[in-house]
Amino acid sequence: MITFERVSKIYPGTNIPAIDNVRFEVPEGEICVIIGPSGCGKTTLMRMINRLIPITSGVISIKGQNVSEMDVIKLRRSIGYAIQQIGLFPHMTVYDNIATVPRLLKWDKQRIAARVDELLSLVGLEPDIFRFRYPRELSGGQAQRIGVVRALATDPPVMLMDEPFGAIDPINREVLQDEFLRIQEKVKKTIIFVTHDIHEAIKMGDKIALLETGRLVQYDTPEGLLVNPKNRFVKDFVGADRALKRLDLLKVKDAMMQNPVHCHMEDDAEVVSQHMLENELTFLLVADQNEKLHGYVNHYELKGHHGKVKDLVRPMTITVKPEQNLKDALSKMLSYDIGIVVVVDDDGKLLGVLNTRTLLSVVGETYDERGGVWGKITSRGRI
Amino acid sequence: MIDVKPASSGSDRIWMWIAIGTAFAGGAFVQRMGFFDFVQKNPGEIWKLLLEHIQLVGISSAISISIGVPMGILLTRGFMRRYRDWVLNFLGICQTVPSLAVIAISMTYIGIGPKTAIFALVIYGLMPIIRNAVAGLAGVDQVILDAGRGMGMNSRQLLFRVELPNAMYIILTGIRTSTVINVGTAAMSFLVGGGGLGDLIFTGIAMVDPAYMLAGAIPTACLAVFMNWGFGKIEKWIVSPGLVYD
Repeated sequence: MITFERVSKIYPGTNIPAIDNVRFEVPEGEICVIIGPSGCGKTTLMRMINRLIPITSGVISIKGQNVSEMDVIKLRRSIGYAIQQIGLFPHMTVYDNIATVPRLLKWDKQRIAARVDELLSLVGLEPDIFRFRYPRELSGGQAQRIGVVRALATDPPVMLMDEPFGAIDPINREVLQDEFLRIQEKVKKTIIFVTHDIHEAIKMGDKIALLETGRLVQYDTPEGLLVNPKNRFVKDFVGADRALKRLDLLKVKDAMMQNPVHCHMEDDAEVVSQHMLENELTFLLVADQNEKLHGYVNHYELKGHHGKVKDLVRPMTITVKPEQNLKDALSKMLSYDIGIVVVVDDDGKLLGVLNTRTLLSVVGETYDERGGVWGKITSRGRI
Repeated sequence: MIDVKPASSGSDRIWMWIAIGTAFAGGAFVQRMGFFDFVQKNPGEIWKLLLEHIQLVGISSAISISIGVPMGILLTRGFMRRYRDWVLNFLGICQTVPSLAVIAISMTYIGIGPKTAIFALVIYGLMPIIRNAVAGLAGVDQVILDAGRGMGMNSRQLLFRVELPNAMYIILTGIRTSTVINVGTAAMSFLVGGGGLGDLIFTGIAMVDPAYMLAGAIPTACLAVFMNWGFGKIEKWIVSPGLVYD
């Protein structure tokens, strides 16, 4: 979709290239995060796409069309543009701000009004309340949302975003990132996203392009960058806690043990108790006929009880969802001081369990410090 | 839009009494000088000169604005930016020349009559307008210019939809300053036969007749105050409520 072919930028009056022979391709519908330390040229590279910075040599093309040969005004109007400082026009209402590009493209009034309402609702801002507010009457998070939907106004296939969530506190940033990913699921834009925050890059990116002093060091998926850092620089940049960062990427469903041992509500207590004794189980999960989780039973209480399991079942309050990432699951386990957490879906159906051992093995088994795979290590001692 | 003034505070009331007292004392003073008698006897004369005065101010300010604002815009465009400081310094020097001298110099070239007066007033009124237009336009946040450009505005759209609306408050302040000063300076036009309330003022001075002089001075002052108030209203009307300057 967007291709960079041997793109270079040398600012007048210098002979050190700000962008040096960069080549990569961003597939359609994906978020490509450009990241690197400050001064590495990431913003320069992004601004060359809509020609806010002229290209010195090489070709940037969108859908096979060389941007240098396109009409610059038309090019920019066809690309959504959101920047770190938001850049909302202070003299215009929210409505006028969002309507900027549609008006440049001469949309009729009804179409603009409908589109503005649609976009405001998309980011959870009530149109009737926010339509005629001025930027100074918005909170940081609200302004940032308007900045993003303004870039989305004409539904452009390509979007450029320069640290769009950079000016927001960490908590709101997470909220906005999640919201943006949810929107992206629907709209499937091709997005160039500049950031200096590796967490944000790993979270948002389908691909990550890591730059160092104008050179492209590694272009890979977040997973690839964490598991196979190409050199010392990449390794240092993604940080010594690569393993922990992978927890962000992996879902609970990737690490959980499926179909865990359990019993049913109507089972006979004595039978279950016997089974637990034989298998050295202190606790056992309890579900119903539809495999919906009801809680757990304790062997100590169960033994000697005559009747059904359901008489003694205790509720299970701490569970995780399969789509949550492992970092959330682990932090839940640590904060409640539990070694095991049960995975249920939205209807409460028992899907699996996650314990610290399975969790660590998933993170740990893929690579060691040098990137080699050790395979499964057992506790057999000397062989 | 958002700011609501408290109905009446203690300090407001004190100022109100001071104003009333001053007006009363001033009224008593001008009465003793024979101002009201004079106005009653010559209402037509004062009215005619007031209209002349307004005409002088109106024409010269209109010309100043229509030269000054475009010049301010030009001086902030890329190709002219290098001349900016040069032009502003030059105008600053011009401003130090007394208004009387400007009128005198223009008289030597154009002769006497309202034309000379208007020419001098235009020259004298340009500086605040150009300076504020340049300051206002140069002060527009680079970030919103970048946003506008990135969204595909051409330079004309950027100027009219982003730069001018955001600089409008400062541009209008320049126009207001220039016009209010102009009301006072226009009294000098009597000296080159330009007419206006200066006729009464200077004649009054020459004849040592306070009533005569005040009949020119008081309407001039009132006109200046009214202009200032009027521009305040225009400002509220033109400048976007999204831009608040307190």
